[in-house]
Amino acid sequence: MFEVIGERINTSRKLVQAAVADRDADYIIDDVKKQQDAGATYIDVNAGARIGHEEEDMKWLLDTIQPIATVPLTLDSPDPAILEMAFAMVEKTPMINSISLEKERFDAMMPFLDGKDCKVIALCMDDAGMPSSSDDILGRAKTLVAELNKIGIGTANIYVDPLVQPISTDSSKGVMVLDAVRAIKAEFPEVHITGGLSNISYGLPQRHIINRTFVTLMMDAGMDSAIIDPLDSKIMASIRTADMLLGHDQFCMNYLKGTRDGSIVS
Amino acid sequence: MTDFNAMTEALVACDAVKLTDLVNSALAADVPAGDILNNGLIAGMDIVGEKMESGDMFIPEVLMAAQAMGACVEILKPHLGEDGAAAGASVIIGTVKGDLHDIGKNLVAMMMESAGLTVHNLGVDIAPENFVEEIKAKSAKVVCLSALLTTTMPAMKQTVDAIVEAGLRDEVKILVGGAPVTQAFADEIGADGFAADAGSASKLAKKLAA
Repeated sequence: MFEVIGERINTSRKLVQAAVADRDADYIIDDVKKQQDAGATYIDVNAGARIGHEEEDMKWLLDTIQPIATVPLTLDSPDPAILEMAFAMVEKTPMINSISLEKERFDAMMPFLDGKDCKVIALCMDDAGMPSSSDDILGRAKTLVAELNKIGIGTANIYVDPLVQPISTDSSKGVMVLDAVRAIKAEFPEVHITGGLSNISYGLPQRHIINRTFVTLMMDAGMDSAIIDPLDSKIMASIRTADMLLGHDQFCMNYLKGTRDGSIVS
Repeated sequence: MTDFNAMTEALVACDAVKLTDLVNSALAADVPAGDILNNGLIAGMDIVGEKMESGDMFIPEVLMAAQAMGACVEILKPHLGEDGAAAGASVIIGTVKGDLHDIGKNLVAMMMESAGLTVHNLGVDIAPENFVEEIKAKSAKVVCLSALLTTTMPAMKQTVDAIVEAGLRDEVKILVGGAPVTQAFADEIGADGFAADAGSASKLAKKLAA
């Protein structure tokens, strides 16, 4: 089944930042519950935006969210010390967001991840910048999987983010990432593919229809997870419908459930 | 009397064929190449920038218009004398240290070039001291800092501080931009300006460089 990483608890979002600054637990709890009810299978927690307050903000967010979390959390920080603290606070096996091949990030994250029981998002980013071709994405994914395997993280616990890039600046960017996802899944059938999708529509009007059309194409290529806003009911409906069409919904039960509870409408 | 409006209209319509015809006809009619550049092409891209800012034109259209303009600049080049080709103000642009994102920054650079500024695009992951060196080397009037990540925004402040320490603060205007950047952040770190899109960034740089 498609895994939805709910992206809303991020202090770079204005209302969340205000709630965190005011220690407004009710706001955060309400938001997390809404994401869970909407079908989030992970809740991403990012406390990075209030510069200088990340540690205390992350601790408060986890203290607030942990008691009501029915799904595992995605711990989202570039700082291994923050992640170490967060890792010790969660009950369910978390997902770590993220490692990349950027030397500084890679060198900081590898000792943290070594020997840990967790899932990890692996960004196809390196010191040369964004990948420039599907082969480039595949090459970076191979390196990430090999390095993570070496420190005991199994391929099935790796969520490769191929880095979706704006189609507005280059019409071939959609096909580039779709081809890369197919190639990565051919190489590593067990690996997961995740990532944000909204970059695809950067610089274009009516972005949501681009995002939700693109996610279904990505799912056909092998994407089985995404970092999105689960309260966007239209993209969630597209995902559940595509999941059924791709044979991941026995007897169409999830689809039918969605039509009955009103979350899937034509 | 040359109809520069037809040129600006062709540029806004992203009609490269028509624009090239108009530029060639104007040259054949002995219109100075510098006038064609300034009153036709750059004036047209200014309108494109405004339309981008107001949400009436989108990135692919802006790219098409810039490409059409670029082709015409190549036609004009052999005809541009020293005066006609007088370079616009020197602008430095780069993504700050630790940040490797360049799509938005390159769009801004392209719009500024199209607006007639002399743009030195340093690339990504540029350390504060490199910005300082380049400001000196290129006698920059404006320096533009880009960051796409909240984690690299502090590098913008470090760059501003380095410019102050180098004693260059009064010689150069500092613009900041990128998805997480706001006017409030620009004010907080002591930058001169913030722009939310490539069109307004280009307009603002021209204004500050004048």
